[in-house]
Amino acid sequence: MAENRIYSINGPVVTVRGKTGFSMMEMVYVGKARLVGEVIRLSEDAATIQVYEETGGLAPGEPVYSTGGALAVTLGPGILRNIYDGIQRPLPALEELSGAFIGRGCSAPALDETARWDVTVLAKPGDRLTPGRIYATCPETPAIEHRCMVPPNVSGTVTWVAENGSYTVNDTVVKLTDDRGNERVLTLCQKWPIRIPRPVSRRMPAQRPLITGMRVVDTMFPIAKGGAAAIPGGFGTGKTMTQHQLAKWCDADIIIYVGCGERGNEMTQALTEFSELIDPKTGRPLTDRTVLIANTSNMPVAAREASIYTGITLAEYYRDMGYHAAMMADSTSRWAEALREISGRLEEMPADEGYPAYLPSRLAQFYERAGYAQALCGQEGSVTVIGAVSPQGSDFSEPVTQNTKRFTRCFWALDKALAYARHYPAINWNTSYSEYLGDLSPWYYDNVGPDFMQCRERIAGLLLQETSLMEIVKLIGSDVLPDDQKLIIEIARVIRVGFLQQNFFHDQDTYVSLEKQLKMMRVILHLYEKSQVLVAKQVPMSRVLRTGLFDKLVKMKYDIPNDHLELFDDYTAEIDQKIGELMRP
Amino acid sequence: MLLEYVGLSQINGSLVILDGVKNASYDEMVVLRLDDGSQRIGRIVMIEGEKCVIQVFEGTTGFSLSNTRTTLTGHPMQVDLSPELLGRTLDGLGRPIDGLGAIYPECRRDVNGAPINPVSRVYPRNYICTGISAIDALTTLIRGQKLPIFSGSGMRHNELAVQIVKQANVSDGEDFAIVFAAMGVKNDVADYFKSSFEAANVMDRVVMLLNLAGDPIVERIITPKAALTIAEYLAFDLGKNILVILTDMTSYCEALREFSSSKGEIPGRKGYPGYLYSDLASLYERAGIVKGKKGSVTQIPILTMPNDDITHPIPDLTGYITEGQIVLDRNLDATGVYPPISVLPSLSRLMKDGIGKGYTREDHNPLANQLFATYARVQDAKALASVIGEEELSPSDKRVMEFGRAFEEKFVGQGNTSRTIEETLDLGWELLSMLPKEELDRVDQVLLDHYYKPKTDPKQRELGVRRAFHNDAE
Repeated sequence: MAENRIYSINGPVVTVRGKTGFSMMEMVYVGKARLVGEVIRLSEDAATIQVYEETGGLAPGEPVYSTGGALAVTLGPGILRNIYDGIQRPLPALEELSGAFIGRGCSAPALDETARWDVTVLAKPGDRLTPGRIYATCPETPAIEHRCMVPPNVSGTVTWVAENGSYTVNDTVVKLTDDRGNERVLTLCQKWPIRIPRPVSRRMPAQRPLITGMRVVDTMFPIAKGGAAAIPGGFGTGKTMTQHQLAKWCDADIIIYVGCGERGNEMTQALTEFSELIDPKTGRPLTDRTVLIANTSNMPVAAREASIYTGITLAEYYRDMGYHAAMMADSTSRWAEALREISGRLEEMPADEGYPAYLPSRLAQFYERAGYAQALCGQEGSVTVIGAVSPQGSDFSEPVTQNTKRFTRCFWALDKALAYARHYPAINWNTSYSEYLGDLSPWYYDNVGPDFMQCRERIAGLLLQETSLMEIVKLIGSDVLPDDQKLIIEIARVIRVGFLQQNFFHDQDTYVSLEKQLKMMRVILHLYEKSQVLVAKQVPMSRVLRTGLFDKLVKMKYDIPNDHLELFDDYTAEIDQKIGELMRP
Repeated sequence: MLLEYVGLSQINGSLVILDGVKNASYDEMVVLRLDDGSQRIGRIVMIEGEKCVIQVFEGTTGFSLSNTRTTLTGHPMQVDLSPELLGRTLDGLGRPIDGLGAIYPECRRDVNGAPINPVSRVYPRNYICTGISAIDALTTLIRGQKLPIFSGSGMRHNELAVQIVKQANVSDGEDFAIVFAAMGVKNDVADYFKSSFEAANVMDRVVMLLNLAGDPIVERIITPKAALTIAEYLAFDLGKNILVILTDMTSYCEALREFSSSKGEIPGRKGYPGYLYSDLASLYERAGIVKGKKGSVTQIPILTMPNDDITHPIPDLTGYITEGQIVLDRNLDATGVYPPISVLPSLSRLMKDGIGKGYTREDHNPLANQLFATYARVQDAKALASVIGEEELSPSDKRVMEFGRAFEEKFVGQGNTSRTIEETLDLGWELLSMLPKEELDRVDQVLLDHYYKPKTDPKQRELGVRRAFHNDAE
């Protein structure tokens, strides 16, 4: 076969002339520097390749090498605690190779090939292994046990197993004869193409919430494990802060954090914060359950496009072991822009705002990989996807936001006005929604409190009333409102400032249990009910306010430590007493 | 052996096509010699077989299909680097234009740079004092940060840029220098910059790159890259803290649009190329601090929002990449407040980790939060006052209005003076002391006891008493 040589170069897009013998989506090495690329278009006499690295310095006539396989990730122990670029090159290893600035053509194995793992082999000679069966385990980090599974396309009868002991990722631990009589070996790792979803045994309904400790999420707009959520917001509204907060505190077992086309300093911040923070469940640093994928905005655009798929494939791999994985993608708009950029270089016909016409189907394929499922190994696991969206000009009608809305069931809209007033998290309660409320209600009823959803309804109702009252207040001021409406405005202020607003930097307020959330709601509603009685008895609102109860409730999120929830009873008692005093003429 | 290619096969604006080229590589620099002996340089932007598309700096005027001789240099666009750059004035490609002779380079580097490995970055923590209260107190500039100024045509951002260059300093006395890149600025503005720096005697710590409004756009596309390459050299090789001021990014983006459309690329929003985000990011992301190196690169890009529209693609995409923004406001500017910084939409994302005890002062963060929150109330009160008249406002709203006026006049509108961080913070407390203690809900008691010093103004107290009375009467 004639050697394949570069014919033309245009930014990250390279073409090769002649019969290439490449297959679609095959991974290739481009040029003498062996830059990683992927075949994205084939015709009879040419192949188009997108290159995942800077193409400066490439010349026509340089060779293009075939690898015979699709762009794939290596799955095995050593993924956790690592930090990768968009095509699973470990950044710490690249740092050793080329210093602080990333050089071209650097390559390093995705998993440390010298590290030894303490392996327990579960399979025995004579066992019949089917796809997804766990044949060996090893502690990947003190918090997470890594389970090596038979790849989805392999099955057969075990002929030989290694002793328990310490092995590297490439050591053979199991040999088996497959159904055609061929011998196959299983090591600790396997490869999987990033653009193909990993199979599961069956998908299940998502009925358990992903608990985040963020009041506006858990109470107002909860997300299910295996769900998909979108966080749209203009710049400065706190998308990344919210994503970081979710990554730190949500109760998933594994966190995949994808920084897709975002700021380098933010990734450094995530890196340092995650290693300093201790997971309350395991007592270990949060990095023990985290993988970071950092493809910052100045890194090659094609790798940015791949980073989302790399991330979700890793998440699926841990789901298959029976873990609950959560993937944060920050931001999917950058990914869509990468699609647009590459599509432009291929001179495809643009649709809305220059985005390619296949944007909705790509978004759908991606978000559909989220889900709650019974894995092939029989255990239940889930992949939750939380995608940030950065709409151009904070305009939610742009194509990425609109199409994301169609494929996610949770929409946490970040609001510029709230962010300007430094109300964080700036999730707007009027424009956000969660379609999981109905699915999750039974869980809240059984596990938190039977009145949880009722309390939530009433809080939401009060906020809604406030919104319409504020229209009037904006025009004529609050002085002219009747007292019962003033009460709504005041109690809504308590809800907004005391409940929805949350201080991520306060050690008590950064994570709030569902129990505390419920008790806070109960106390607020209790004050509302009692005050309503007073107002009905013509007690002026100004006197009710002077009890100081409203301001006290605003600060209760700080004043009541998370391990002293019994203090809420004192609050109820104080409300009863102070309001009672006002009752007496 | 140097191969010379005679003639061109096509000329289109600043792009020329050369056929039959062997061994050209993507992004390589070429030299084009004209028959009259003059020389221009260009860059290969696309290769198809033996055909190269070359982007010519300095324009193609005078070119014909037969009067040029082209040689390939074998390397991408480079800039000469030397410690002697400080105090010099260069053109948009980094060549001296101040008549002080050539620069003897210690090394040459590719202007495109390479992305910093996120693992090798150090999270920025210490601040740069600009002497401007609204920036230092409320949108603190952190070393290694990129913090743009969003302005509009006709507003005094040039004056602000000069003021920052004059006053900016690092508190711990480490080496500090400024790289100032002007892109597409008018001739008299360039003169203003030069003469102001000379008058203030700061030229010896400034490297100036000038690309004037009449200069070729292709050169403008290189200017920020050359500036940042110089900055990276000064910071990471020589260990200085470098502040890069890029003005005006709008001209840069417009140049990029012109270039992209002449190449026949498919346009994205408002005709800007689809890769505008990636392109801007490749500039802005060059700010930062690197492990094991002493220096830092901090950026203040300045851009004029077309039609004052913050949702225009240029400010919009910039805001998504940079770590915050400083927004100038035309109303403040019109009322004579200088610098006309609009506090509420301004933000510094890295501020929270680079201020407070050990950096500025322990009360900085709560004070900033309180000023933001109170000033946000001023806007509500103003909106209400514009409907019902200021007379009809409640006493509490009236006080807030008064605070707002004092805040804009004294705190923001400091004029062309420099304040230390202590002076700035003390002034903040002085202004907050105009309000009753109960309304300051973002600061805790300890700080209040220490810093809150109300003026014993009898009129104020009377107002308070009347308010209580008024409430009772309800």
